Amino acid sequence: MREKISNIVMTAIKEFNTTYEQHIPIELGDETPLFGKKGVLDSLGLVSLIVMIEQVLEDELDVSLILADEKATSQKTSPFLKIGFLVDYIYRLMEEEISVWTDQ
Amino acid sequence: MDRPITLITGSRKGIGKYLVQHYVYQGHLVIGCSRNEPDWSLDGYEHYQVDVSDENTVRAMFTSIKKKHGRLDHLINNAGIASMNHFMLTPVSTVNKIFNTNVIGTFLFCREAAKLMQKRRYGRIVNFTTVAAPLKLEGESIYAASKAAVISFTEVIARELSPYDITVNSIGPTPIETDLIRSVPKEKLAALINRQAIKRYGTVEDVANVVDFFLKEESSFITGQTLFLGGV
Repeated sequence: MREKISNIVMTAIKEFNTTYEQHIPIELGDETPLFGKKGVLDSLGLVSLIVMIEQVLEDELDVSLILADEKATSQKTSPFLKIGFLVDYIYRLMEEEISVWTDQ
Repeated sequence: MDRPITLITGSRKGIGKYLVQHYVYQGHLVIGCSRNEPDWSLDGYEHYQVDVSDENTVRAMFTSIKKKHGRLDHLINNAGIASMNHFMLTPVSTVNKIFNTNVIGTFLFCREAAKLMQKRRYGRIVNFTTVAAPLKLEGESIYAASKAAVISFTEVIARELSPYDITVNSIGPTPIETDLIRSVPKEKLAALINRQAIKRYGTVEDVANVVDFFLKEESSFITGQTLFLGGV
């Protein structure tokens, strides 16, 4: 599942790179910095990228996630620092979603 | 531009129903929603049964729109409810209902619509406020407060969405003879209309005229504005 999420994030980033002026260097893989001191995104770029990822997740996996809520901002390490952290964060959210469904 | 896709909330009756017909006749594909199914149908119109303040059903509706049409050009946030009462007699359940529909509903539809619109870097959003806010009408404290929130919300998100070439404006109608004012005493309405520069009831055509203006492609330099009818 992590690999699938990673592919989805990469798809969204490729789409982002063709739509916006900011370019995310995906060749660095999981280590690609997104937001923060080393990141290439400004705050608006991050908003646009998150919206794109949410939409691709919905298209590909049929799940509707909110990626940038209080939970994301309260993490010890921001999930938006680099691609690897973001993929891990989405993976954890997905696992929680699945356990909620199973509980019902 | 391809056939415009226009989403209108609260489309079962009143102003919403009129706007559906108005934009279908202009060649738009019109999508509408309301809590109950309408007792009418129209070629070029699709209806969803949705409570505008229910996040899950609203998101499901937008997922369906995205899958079916892939885009959205216009959002007209018409759904709204009112309740007239002295604030000291107003139960909190009424406050919740009014804020849920008028504020949370407007927020949810703007958020989901903007996500669809930003991809194509084009969009027009029109929110509905009321003259009850600037006129500070007694007996309308909660309704006016909820619609004042819509004005502030419109002004702020207009700035947040400008990088995506999405405009967001509000219209503030005067009383129009619809169900919304059915329970308001006639003398109250007469006093209200007397405070307008142009002393008559508004019409659905007056509303459509302003919405037309905000939706025009040429209105790309107009955002964050509230236009009150009747000279308020």
